[in-house]
Amino acid sequence: MSSKNINITVKVWRQQDAKSKGIFESYPLSNISTDSSFLEMMDVLNEKLVTENQEPIAFDHDCREGICGMCSLFINGHAHGPDSLVTTCQLHMRKFNDGQTITIEPWRSGGFPVIKDLMVDRSAFDKIMQAGGFVSVNTGGVPDANAIPIAQADAEEAMDAAACIGCGACVATCKNSSAMLFVSAKVSQLALLPQGKIEAARRAKNMVAKMDELGFGNCSNTGACEVECPKGISLAHIARLNREFLCAKVKE
Amino acid sequence: MSNFLTTSIGKKFLMSLSGFFLISFLSVHLTANLFLLAGSDAFNEASHFMGTNPIIQIMQPVLALGFILHIFYASFLTLQNRKARPESYAKVDQKNSSKWESRNMYILGAVVLTFLVIHLINFFWKIKFTGSDLLKEVDVKGVEMENAYSLVTSLFMSGTLGFIYSGIYILGAVALGLHVNHGFWAAFQTLGLSNNIWRKRLEVLGSIFALIIASGFSIIPLYFLIF
Ligand code: HEM
Ligand code: SF4
Ligand code: FES
Repeated sequence: MSSKNINITVKVWRQQDAKSKGIFESYPLSNISTDSSFLEMMDVLNEKLVTENQEPIAFDHDCREGICGMCSLFINGHAHGPDSLVTTCQLHMRKFNDGQTITIEPWRSGGFPVIKDLMVDRSAFDKIMQAGGFVSVNTGGVPDANAIPIAQADAEEAMDAAACIGCGACVATCKNSSAMLFVSAKVSQLALLPQGKIEAARRAKNMVAKMDELGFGNCSNTGACEVECPKGISLAHIARLNREFLCAKVKE
Repeated sequence: MSNFLTTSIGKKFLMSLSGFFLISFLSVHLTANLFLLAGSDAFNEASHFMGTNPIIQIMQPVLALGFILHIFYASFLTLQNRKARPESYAKVDQKNSSKWESRNMYILGAVVLTFLVIHLINFFWKIKFTGSDLLKEVDVKGVEMENAYSLVTSLFMSGTLGFIYSGIYILGAVALGLHVNHGFWAAFQTLGLSNNIWRKRLEVLGSIFALIIASGFSIIPLYFLIF
């Protein structure tokens, strides 16, 4: 793929802090290499703003290699932009055209209030994890490898669920702001393994209760989350969460 | 179990069960209605059976309850879901990430409900309460019964008004088909009865069912309009 430079207009949500009202600001940018990543483009823009004595745009990022789940951004109507199965930090400017206007918004959900500009507070996910997304183990020596046999298919399925990086794109994409894909991934990765089975019923109930309490919406099975999820977490995990939850309630 | 119905999945559980119940009602209703195409005696007999069968009579208030439950929780959940995103996006592009009908279940439901009211006024109301000259008793194989056939067919064959009613009935059938096209699989998913293999099967099955519902109910007004 040959590299070239493009001129774009970036329309960004600017908001001073959680309490202020935000507005869109447009910034023209020229000579952006199509080989640069989306966040590098944001860096170029911020550098320009700083040299012009303007406030740089606040946005979340950390690893910039698609594994930490820190980056976000709702780009041209898509969580993590138009590419599929990538996070914003792994998105490249070759996905955009010369002369294009790129609209960038923060994740929008009652559960994820805006902190500043494009940064949102995703600590709601931490609270859901604290409600049950763990295994209570006794401390002691390191267990022997393969001491607990696990079926290959279960191990694979659990690993697929464990690929969730907690970025919140599922919530951002969902028309209902539902966190079911995230919660289902976290419930699945543990419920499928013997170590996690013991607390499975309690976990499903507590995590769902916390999710409801924090103002996320109700899943209506549209499936948009699965399509926009950078890690390809499947709706089958939501079915498993429903199953776990309903069984747990029946046993009560 | 105490707080089951205050949880999101608990409410969705009721949506799913009532949805399944309404789906089974639709199947019975379509089967009975298709007797219209078999002529006046056949339909009047089917209609007489539905009107006098004790099980159907018991199910009628249950059906009403099913609708009320479904609509109540649909409204409640939809309202909650709207509130879950206090500030909306300036730009959303979901045409490739979810089906249109899955995003518009409440609107489709409202169309179905509007149609249902018109439909009840057209037939149910007249048969049960007000009566109509068209319903004058006929004799089918020695049994006196109401002429439901003449009530139904005259609606679709009354000139311009017949055209309008046919249009309304076809619109209702299409809205139902779209609603069920998403709802069928979704109801299984909500109960946890799906996985990556069954999802594809259930979606195909749902689409076939939706097609049968939409075309089955549309054929009836079309048949009387054309023939
Ligand atoms: C005969 C008529 C109807 C049938 C067969 C039917 C069937 C279904 C089914 C199977 C579902 C899926 C449930 C799930 O996702 O678990 C559903 C969902 C839904 N229905 Fe209906 N329905 C009917 C009428 C209505 C009416 C009259 C309304 C409302 C005003 C309505 C509103 C909804 C909404 C909003 C949903 C999505 C709810 C959610 O997933 O959160 N439906 N319907
Ligand atoms: S399920 Fe996917 S979209 Fe949701 S938080 Fe996990 S990785 Fe992000
Ligand atoms: S910055 Fe870590 S996933 Fe994007």
